[in-house]
Amino acid sequence: MSNVFIAFQRNEETRCIVDAIMADNPNAVINLQPAMVRIDAPNTLVVRRSTVEEQMGRQFDLQELHVNLITLTGHIDETEDEFTLSWKH
Amino acid sequence: MHIDLRTVNIEPLRQTFDHIAARIGPDKQASRYLEGTMDVQAAANFHYRPTWDPEHEIFDATRTAITMKDWYALKDPRQLYYGSYTASRARMQETAEADFDFVETRGLADSYDDAARRTALDFYIPLRHVAWGANMNGASMCAYGFGTAITQPCLYQGMDQLGVAQYLTRMGLVLGDQGEVQAAKQAWMDAPQWQELRRYVEDTLVLKDWFEMFVAQHVALDAMLFALAYTEVDQALNAKAGPTVSLMTRFQTELFEDSSKWVDASLKIATAENPENKLQLQTWIAHWRARAVKALQPLAQQALGADSEAALTRVAARLDTRLVKAGLLA
Repeated sequence: MSNVFIAFQRNEETRCIVDAIMADNPNAVINLQPAMVRIDAPNTLVVRRSTVEEQMGRQFDLQELHVNLITLTGHIDETEDEFTLSWKH
Repeated sequence: MHIDLRTVNIEPLRQTFDHIAARIGPDKQASRYLEGTMDVQAAANFHYRPTWDPEHEIFDATRTAITMKDWYALKDPRQLYYGSYTASRARMQETAEADFDFVETRGLADSYDDAARRTALDFYIPLRHVAWGANMNGASMCAYGFGTAITQPCLYQGMDQLGVAQYLTRMGLVLGDQGEVQAAKQAWMDAPQWQELRRYVEDTLVLKDWFEMFVAQHVALDAMLFALAYTEVDQALNAKAGPTVSLMTRFQTELFEDSSKWVDASLKIATAENPENKLQLQTWIAHWRARAVKALQPLAQQALGADSEAALTRVAARLDTRLVKAGLLA
């Protein structure tokens, strides 16, 4: 089992994204650092558009998360509704 | 020389204000929306009762028949506070400006079909007076309502309606001239088909119960008026003469979609609070909805002719779907 992770700048927008990730990934571990927030999760981590929209109260395009993205590991599987990190091919 | 760089994590002693922490827990960061909304309105230690209403405190939850254990349960799902509200409306306004520009630079208004132009001017421009009434009502709900969670979006919605009135006026000036806007005022004052709606608007202006006003304005009237004006009539004009009017009413379409989320959520929360609320809301909705249908009939008839019955049925069905979701209709 290996981890995937994603790191964002810490701001008002990513707070909602991070809340959504924590709601959708029960095994994820949050690591709050100065100006950065990193989320580790075993095997896979998913960002769901619908959950982020609920948290933000507005429409959200998953591409918007790149604005505040610092780094990530894992193979990316990206659709309009989900952004998934995993080591699957 | 050797320099070690390391980051030092300083944990803040508090994540947020105490009164927010009391609601969401001490270890959680609060959103700006929560910080700018929860418990902002004064709720205790009032000095004098207002001379114009000595029965009530200046902020008083008993100005409406609706009761809530916690008025801050009525949160806005759009999470609009002043900052996010102005940013969101600035974006919408930019789009609307671009659309008006498009219409003007391409000369779309000049080449617009004359019969459709007449229909659009006669139907849309007097609605600026309805929007002005909605603006007054928004301010009134904000003034007499209880709890920033609900009074804040009420005022925003009132301001949005002022925007609607301005865009309608502007459409009148693009499709016609100043005379058309004055003629629309005359129609609003004198033409028989507008009098039922005018009575409706004027009656809501003097409602004492602000939550009844919320129902009369947002649930009964706007839900049907916006659907009729910016879906049904809009589509009919599109089919006849192309999307020029759609371009100039884009703000209203987007606003309706946006505000419906808030109206539906507020209704749902107030309904779920207790059975008395549910009954009261149902009574109000039944009363105002019947009046709104009656007020809209002659206008739908004027704009859509023989299709007006079917259009109004669709509009009412859409409102029904929303009421079912809010738990007010079985």
